[in-house]
Amino acid sequence: MSVGNRVMRIEGIPASPGYAEGPLFDLDQPPVSYKAKASVGEEQAALVSAIGKAVGRLAVLIETADGDAAGILEFHIAMLEDDALRGPALAAIGSGQPADAAWRAALDREIAGYEASDQDYFRARAADLRDIRDQVLRALSEDGEAAAPPGAILHGEDIAPTRFLETDWSKGGGIALQRGSTASHVAMLARSRGVPMIVGLGALAAPPTGDALLDAEHGAIIFSPSPAEVETFRQSASSFADRQGAAKTFLTAPAVTKAGTAVRVQVNIAYPSDVEGIDIETCDGVGLMRTEFLFGKTLPDEETQYHAYRKVLEWAGGKPVTIRTVDAGGDKPVPGFTVEETNPFLGLRGIRLSLKRLDIFRVQIRALLRAAIHGNLRVMFPMIATPDEYGQAAALFAQEQAALVAQDVAHKLPPLGIMVEVPSVALAPEDFADVAFFSIGSNDLTQYVMAAARDNAAVAHLNSVRQPAVLRLIAAVAAFGLEKGIPVSLCGDAGGDPETIPALLAAGLRDLSVAPAQLATAKAAIADVAV
Amino acid sequence: MSASAEATVLITHAVGLHARPSVKFTKLAKTFAAEVEVAVAANGPWFDAKSIVKVMAAKAPKGTMLHIRARGDGATQAVKALVDLVQRDFDEDADHARSA
Repeated sequence: MSVGNRVMRIEGIPASPGYAEGPLFDLDQPPVSYKAKASVGEEQAALVSAIGKAVGRLAVLIETADGDAAGILEFHIAMLEDDALRGPALAAIGSGQPADAAWRAALDREIAGYEASDQDYFRARAADLRDIRDQVLRALSEDGEAAAPPGAILHGEDIAPTRFLETDWSKGGGIALQRGSTASHVAMLARSRGVPMIVGLGALAAPPTGDALLDAEHGAIIFSPSPAEVETFRQSASSFADRQGAAKTFLTAPAVTKAGTAVRVQVNIAYPSDVEGIDIETCDGVGLMRTEFLFGKTLPDEETQYHAYRKVLEWAGGKPVTIRTVDAGGDKPVPGFTVEETNPFLGLRGIRLSLKRLDIFRVQIRALLRAAIHGNLRVMFPMIATPDEYGQAAALFAQEQAALVAQDVAHKLPPLGIMVEVPSVALAPEDFADVAFFSIGSNDLTQYVMAAARDNAAVAHLNSVRQPAVLRLIAAVAAFGLEKGIPVSLCGDAGGDPETIPALLAAGLRDLSVAPAQLATAKAAIADVAV
Repeated sequence: MSASAEATVLITHAVGLHARPSVKFTKLAKTFAAEVEVAVAANGPWFDAKSIVKVMAAKAPKGTMLHIRARGDGATQAVKALVDLVQRDFDEDADHARSA
């Protein structure tokens, strides 16, 4: 296409299948510097608008921030909205300074005042003031920054979840990352929204520009493609679309293998609003409703949680909805809740953290008990490693239930199950014979069995559910469940992967939970299995 | 002649009239039409109680006798409400005070 650019094809790892053709957008471009305006009035307007932008962003963060974090964000907003803070900067602009310099100087004077304090608490607020200063400076310089054009292929070292959520994917487009991971939260989001994405491209000599072809089915990106390559690419893309279309015919029917074996296929959801795009008739319920996204950056109160859970339960009608108690920690930090650790995947995450922060856990338990009357709720605990942890969590449910009885509040005790993701459970399921159900979290189970971090592209080849040791553990749990009459399902990414589904069914699983965008292809893949 | 009121109250909140407490304090002050000011000494300097930047600048730690005065419509109610807020420790429990 473009003359002078060398054609370059780089292999990567598919993280969300699909094809995209479009202009490249560099995620790592350095921040644009502030462009001076023509008049004092425009400079002042630019500052006021940048402050407004910063406030707007903080307001969005507050929605999902916990008590402590929300308090700090509210403080930032109150400071930004105070005329006393912007007054000196606006006055300095009036006497000829550009907006960025005026704001910086005004805030630096404030900061110096805090730093000079003899009280620790006050000195610590200087960091807040610096944060406030920089938020507005960033908003000021973004003024002239180009947004990703519609249908662009975003490429760079890595991508922040907020960037993904801010991007308009309705015109197509995709993501190509030099690092990244197929198990990152952006990858999950991409799969559930059907946005093509590849990871692990490795460092590029020079940032490519122009148009590119993204093949996220096989895992490659082609820079400066030749007309012949464009032609081949479009054929593959159209064939992929046809296969997706064919899979859609499977969507509305129950999943059955070639041999006539019925397989339950449920969906994984992260936000209560996710259900709005799903027809309940196309799935057997919700196999995993995550709750940490609801926790995001703030801890939602009992009412917020109750309404979120109730919404999904009512949507599902009588079909089961399995809600997982908050699985913060690991690669999902929640400010004010999770702790800084050198090795977070092996640290205080999931149920371990909940049992340490009973104030937070009890609120979620009450919301779940109250919501349970609105549908077919099941509750599961993440990261269970010992029977004692399950016992403690179940006891907390009993305590909160007794409290609700005493207060005459309508509620129901749902069946309580556990995630099978720590190898200790998969190796000795007999120690957990009193749980109501098992749900295999294949992403974490694999990373712990193979000692291969799920967010590290360098060890992605090890991070496969189809490794014999992982499959053997899954088969053992399935066999134990069958023997004892304890339902076993799988809610990791593997459940929606057509390449892995045959192995999972062969291991004895008959209950998979997949990303909503994968429902059709998963059912189509099941129909192709001879089990 | 417009109404005016004045009171002093002891700050017992662990970190004083700081980030989060001052958000609540200024928000409450703004609900009154009266002009409201605070000071950490009887003879001033007085700070606009509706401006968080100014209230923070008063640097009032725990144990400070906070002076509050108001002038104009609802002055008495404003002073009373603000004194109550300080006496209630800004409605924060000990857990939040840690990082407020």
